[in-house]
Parts: sequence; structure tokens; C-alpha cells
Amino acid sequence: MYTPAIVAEAMVNGLLTGAVYALVALGLTLVYGVLHIINFAHGALLTCAMFAVWAASELLGINVYLAIPPLALIFLALGYALQRFVIGPASRGDDANTLLVTLGLSIAIENALLAAFKSDTRTLSGDAAFDVVELGPMLLSRPRLIGFAVALVVALLLWALLRRTDSGKAIRAVAREKMGASLMGIDVRHIYALTFGIGCACLAVAAGLLLPTFYVTPRVGQAFVLVAFTIVVLGGMGSVAGALLGGLLIGVVESLGGLLLGESLGQAGIFVIFILVLLLRPTGLFGARA
Amino acid sequence: MLEITGLRTGYGQTEIIRGLDLAIAPGQIVAVLGANGVGKTTLNKALSGLLPIWSGTIQFEGSSLAGATPADIVAAGLIHVPEGRKIFPNMSVLENLELGSYRRARLHRRTNLDRAFTIFPRLRDRASQMAGTLSGGEQQMLAIGRGLMAEPRLLILDEPSLGLSPLLVEEMFTLIRTLNQEGLTIMLVEQNVVQSLDIADHATILENGQCSIQGPAAELAANPALRRAYLGL
Ligand SMILES: Nc1ncnc2c1ncn2[C@@H]1O[C@H](COP(=O)(O)OP(=O)(O)OP(=O)(O)O)[C@@H](O)[C@H]1O
Ligand SMILES: [Mg+2]
Repeated sequence: MYTPAIVAEAMVNGLLTGAVYALVALGLTLVYGVLHIINFAHGALLTCAMFAVWAASELLGINVYLAIPPLALIFLALGYALQRFVIGPASRGDDANTLLVTLGLSIAIENALLAAFKSDTRTLSGDAAFDVVELGPMLLSRPRLIGFAVALVVALLLWALLRRTDSGKAIRAVAREKMGASLMGIDVRHIYALTFGIGCACLAVAAGLLLPTFYVTPRVGQAFVLVAFTIVVLGGMGSVAGALLGGLLIGVVESLGGLLLGESLGQAGIFVIFILVLLLRPTGLFGARA
Repeated sequence: MLEITGLRTGYGQTEIIRGLDLAIAPGQIVAVLGANGVGKTTLNKALSGLLPIWSGTIQFEGSSLAGATPADIVAAGLIHVPEGRKIFPNMSVLENLELGSYRRARLHRRTNLDRAFTIFPRLRDRASQMAGTLSGGEQQMLAIGRGLMAEPRLLILDEPSLGLSPLLVEEMFTLIRTLNQEGLTIMLVEQNVVQSLDIADHATILENGQCSIQGPAAELAANPALRRAYLGL
């Protein structure tokens, strides 16, 4: 019933989707690794980004892929300002407060979007979603292939930023040794805000890659964040490489699950993995080092 | 170079430093001695902007540090190598050193790296090793090397000999003296009273949140009350 070609195609499709999941998870894991908080507003911010992509494409007529770089910059600034001027000051250095502030923020954003856009489902017009590319025996979706390539490039850029630039090194320093970083003249509040901004920029890119084959509603972000959270736990909380590999793995699991159990149960496999990881290896695949 | 007058600070409601006065002249080694828990590290934290100043003034090279952030203070050249080293364990030795010049002397990073590696050849051999896997002594060398990367005008060393073997303690004090002879002003916070008084120009004893005895190091070393209290003689 399942020929090797069908299984291979499902696996490749899983990898393609998984790379974009990884991008959503990267933002979450980076913020966790550096600020040591779980950002409950991550899903709502992804929804925001998806609406921004939708508006750029449908209202302003900008090509989705051309809209990604400016939107990434806008979300970098937005995330920076959110952490620096709202989340940081409102939580006064107490992690429990931070959780509540991000939760409150997520409720506020969702309701604002509901008020503005109702709960209608919106997609991009045009039929770019159905473009396919023939690769050997496989027929692959062109927007998903693009999504895969862009997501990998962004992950690579993020890696280079963290390894090669002073700001990136400062981010890694603050993640583990705040006092030592302060004594080097690193402004911890700036680094927190920068990290949060980078997380939001990842969301903007992910939004631009998702929308050509997906829809947007004021609640759409939550579904992705649940998957992203599984990826973060799987890869090890705070591990960037773990988020990338975890994302690819989860993409494949979801796709194969969909093939074997039917589309609607595809995600069930993800949650089985989630529970298994928590039971067997709570630090995640790469958590030992993180 | 550094002039502290009437400094008060502490944690929450608890006052630790209670009206402290201290002056450090350029080119000196000033030893700050005192019993455990008396507030030496607290004083250092206030000097580097990690703790707010409740009252009193701190003047560094003629300008007030009131309201200055840790980053401002580093930029001004007051560099603090903290107790417990506070190196970045998840980063390589090289990256730790590079971050020493994050705020200051960034343009001289290459030259200063060479200098740090010349002072601490063991760090050169371990440049790509994760700092968290270094031995205690190597971590202390890294912490000092990282501090030197910022070309300090005044270097605060908080218990640099803590946890080192006697041989390495000896080396550490020799190094501190050498750095000073090359022109660096140093505030040395130590438990090793004898060796500290030996290399310091000036010394002070911290007691009850104030500098109870101050004077030339040689004079303090000869002070009978002090010899009884701190040297057990
Ligand atoms: N973060 C903190 N919160 C509350 N109290 C603190 C804090 N850090 C230190 N203290 C208290 O302040 C006092 C002075 O501590 P400090 O670390 O400055 O002493 P010290 O002179 O450096 O001692 P040591 O020689 O053991 O390093 C101690 O009683 C200590 O318990
Ligand atoms: Mg101390």
C-alpha cells in the first residue's frame, strides 16, 4: 500500500515543513536560553506576523518573499521595544511576573486581532500554493521548498551571529553568566531586548514562509507554538542546534503520522514523542550540554 | 584616581558599607583587608555599579560615578575581576578574552590578546577549550586576562589567590606586582594578609562597614594590634 516512493515523498515533505517549524522553535528556545523565561506571547506574535505578511501581500501587493526582509526588521524592532519597554519593566526582574506579563500580552494581542479581523480564515490569493517542482520521482510543493531553503539559511545566519559577532557572543555570555557579562560592560537589558527582538524576527520570517501554503486566523499561532514547544523540549531547552534538528524530526514524524494514521491524526505522533521525551530524556536530545 | 567618601550601601534593608572613605592614588597597589563577610565584595560591587549607592560619593579620575551603569564604569576604565571569577563557562578561552574588550579597547583587541597570551602562556595552549573545563587556577588566569583586555586604568582584584595552590599564589602575587610596575593601578582585596601587605603601597582594614585602619602597607604590617588580630602573632 505504501510504496517506497510515497514514503520518501512524505519524509521529504516532513523535512520541508519541519525546517519552518524549527524557525518558530528557534525564537522560543533562544529567548528561553538567554532570558530563562517561557515566552507565552510567542504564538500571538507569530499570528501578528502572519497578519502582517497577509496585509503586505493582499493590501499592499508586495510579493510575499520580498516582504520578508523588511518585516523581519520591523519585528526585530518591535520585539526589542516590547522587551525593553513593556515586559522588562513590568516584570521587575521576577521570572514569575514575566510569565504573567507575556501571557497577558498574548491575550491582549489575540483579542485585538479578533476585534480587527473577526475569526475569519484568510489565505493569500493566487494559486502559488499549488506550484510543484518535479524532483526525480517526487512532486514537491514549490513554496515549501523555498520555505525549507530560506529557513535553513536563516538558521545558519543566526548561528553565525551567535558565534562570530560581538553581539552574539554577548548574548551567549549573558545566557550563562549575567554578573560576569555586566562586569565586561555588556548591558544586560539591551541583550535581553536584542534576543527577544531576534526571536520575533525569526517569527516574521517563519510567517512569510508559512503563509503561501497556510491560512491565518487570530488564533493560528497557538497551534504552531504547541509544536514549537515540543521541538524545544525535544532538542533541549535553550539549544539552538537542538531546535533545528528537533524541528526537522518533528516535521518528519508529523508527515509520516499523517500518512499512516490519516491527516487529522498526524499531529498525534508529535505528542506521543513529547510525552516519551519527558519520560525518558527530560533534558532533551541536546539538553545535556545546554 | 579613585576617591570614595561617606559611601553607604547594602542589600535590601541591610546596610553593609556604613560611611566608608578610601582614596587610591595612581600607580599604587592598595590592599583592602578584612574578615570574612565584612563587606569587601559588597564594596567592589558598589564600585562597579552592580549595587546602588545609598549615599556618599565615588569619584573616578575626577568624575562622579553617581548613577553610572556597569557599562559606563567599564568604559571609564574601572575594571573589576570578581570573586569567584565569573567567566563564561559555555564559551572558549579565546571568546572569553575577546569579550573583555566588548566595551573598551576593542580596536586594540589583537595586540591585547597577544599580551594576555604572553602573560598567561597556558591560556594560549587552551585558547579553544571551553572555559568551564579549565582548572581553578587557569580560570583565575582567564578572569584576570579578560580584565586586562579592557586596558584598565584601575583594576580591582577580588581575592585572586582564592583556591590556588601555594606555588600558584606566589606566582599570582608576583604577577600583580609586575602589572603594577608596568603602570597599572590596582585595588587588591585579599585574605592573604602577609603577602598582600608585602606588595602593597597602601593598605586598609575594613571593619563594621568602614575603613578602620589605613596607612602605608609597611606601617600596617608593623602595627601590633593588627598583627594580633589578623596574623595571630
Ligand atoms: N546578595 C546578597 N544579599 C543579601 N546579603 C548579602 C548578599 N551578598 C552578600 N551579603 C551579605 O553581606 C555581607 C558582606 O558580604 P561580602 O560578600 O561583601 O563579604 P566579603 O567581605 O567579601 O567576605 P569574603 O571575605 O568571605 O569574601 C555578608 O554578611 C553577606 O551575608
Ligand atoms: Mg568577598
